Amino acid sequence: MRGRARVPAAVALVLWLLVVAIPVYFIVVTSLRPADAYLSHGALPVPTDLSLDNYGRALRLGFSGFLRNSAIVTVATIALTLGAALPAAYAIVRNRSRLVRAGLSVFLFGLAIPAQAVIVPVYLIITRLKLYDSLTAIVLPTAAFSLPLAIVVLTSSLRDIPDELYQSMELDGAGNGRVFLRLVLPLSRPGLITVGIVSGLNAWNGILFPLVLTQSSRWRVLPLGLWNFQGQHGTDVPGLMAAVVLSALPMLALYLFGRRHLLRGLAAGFGR
Amino acid sequence: MSTGSAILSRGSRRRDRSPAGGVGSAAYRQRPGLGWLAPAAVLFAVFALLPIVVVAYLSLTEWNGLGAPHWAGLANWRTLLHDSEIPHGIRITVLLTVVSWLVQTPLALLLGVWSAGPQRHRAVLSAVFFLPLLLSLAAIALSWQALLDPNFGVPAALASALHVPAPNLLGDPHRALYVVVAVLAWQWVPFHTLIYQGAARQIPTQLYEAAALDGATRARQFVSVTLPQLRHTIVASSVLMIIGSLTYFETILLLTGGGPGDATEVLPLHMYRTGFVGFDMGYASALALLLVVVGAGLSVLIVRASGFARMDSDREGL
Repeated sequence: MRGRARVPAAVALVLWLLVVAIPVYFIVVTSLRPADAYLSHGALPVPTDLSLDNYGRALRLGFSGFLRNSAIVTVATIALTLGAALPAAYAIVRNRSRLVRAGLSVFLFGLAIPAQAVIVPVYLIITRLKLYDSLTAIVLPTAAFSLPLAIVVLTSSLRDIPDELYQSMELDGAGNGRVFLRLVLPLSRPGLITVGIVSGLNAWNGILFPLVLTQSSRWRVLPLGLWNFQGQHGTDVPGLMAAVVLSALPMLALYLFGRRHLLRGLAAGFGR
Repeated sequence: MSTGSAILSRGSRRRDRSPAGGVGSAAYRQRPGLGWLAPAAVLFAVFALLPIVVVAYLSLTEWNGLGAPHWAGLANWRTLLHDSEIPHGIRITVLLTVVSWLVQTPLALLLGVWSAGPQRHRAVLSAVFFLPLLLSLAAIALSWQALLDPNFGVPAALASALHVPAPNLLGDPHRALYVVVAVLAWQWVPFHTLIYQGAARQIPTQLYEAAALDGATRARQFVSVTLPQLRHTIVASSVLMIIGSLTYFETILLLTGGGPGDATEVLPLHMYRTGFVGFDMGYASALALLLVVVGAGLSVLIVRASGFARMDSDREGL
């Protein structure tokens, strides 16, 4: 029985491996293929002469600046989301007043609001706040739309803190600030990592808010940089692929350094 | 406790624990108040709640994005009733969400459970499976567009090897939507696989040992141990998928631009183009309100269909 089940499973795994690996191979190989060889040799053969020219072209078009903008937007969004959501989750878990509970249901309702549905008024509000065409204009709404999920995940991980721990700290005369710093903050770390990953990915990947709320190339983020590159140099696929590889390097570095935290955080946040 | 159960257990949440008798110090009664909620509340109110009010108002105006909106009464809503793109857009949007869920959930579940095993080759292969996580949404959409190019991409290379004409997958109105589904699966399956992998590793091994003693085959173990143990994770992952499906529009914008024709023009894309390409912000706002209704409807549907209410303890019998 066991032996028979293994064959289809192995076939399925090899198929999925090909589905994942072929595009990755295509991206990496094309980024190293001289631009004219791409047009004459086709997409799949192993390149005979490798070149880094494509990377040079991508960098000259300002990709290091786009990378910096994206990094700032991502870090600021994570900081703002966590900084706003954790105190809110603390209040929701520890304060049972009707008003605070109503707050929770508003955030739950927020899970169903699609960000693009409010893009027109967000554009209006951002221009009225004189924030149009700045990185702040991207960070504020991105963080706002990360809040519902952040608060749901963090309230659920704070509920797992036993009541006795709060009580013993409070009996020692600790105020809310102290309880927050000494108890809530350390014990909610897995939840914070989960929320950080999800909101960070949202900010890093986001296209709509940067597209509508910024304009100049000075504040261009990576996704728009890639899109713009494709729009202006449509036939330069090797250059585009080099830019794609460059845009993946920060994630690769983060993944290599933070792999263990990432897995533990996701397991804690979305586990059972 | 999981995200899923947190979202779902609103009805059955632990009852309020009033302060234990005798503990009456001032510090104890001073619970964290509205001040702690304020930063999140303000941010959310300004950029999510206020915009819903504003979008409702704008849907009653004519506005080109500059200057001041002009009152237009119900004109936009009358246009909306006769816009033939809307039934089409809703159909495509729902189809895309449902088919994507049907494709991604079993794939991620099986891959996640498989990769949770302790064997070394599983760890190595999983590392390859997670590679798409490193690429941003834009990188994935634009790479796939280049990869599927009928003249220079992978279809051309394969077709010339097989001596058949290269298919133009993104240019075929009947297939483009399913190509979008495939690209979205390529992007999102690794993330959900990661979630299932973490959850599957936490299933107590005694459960499998007991099932094996009872003579359960591996397939049987999967159905009667793994699946029930992963209920909450399935719900959490599905909720994330549905919420995430609203960002599918960004992939479509870059991959097909809604085309060919209107084959992949989901409702959000129709709205975006009306507002920011056609500069008809008033009508775009009416479409946006419709989008809020569709989005809320989708989430309610998912909550109902996933049987949130039936869920009870997953540790029974342990």
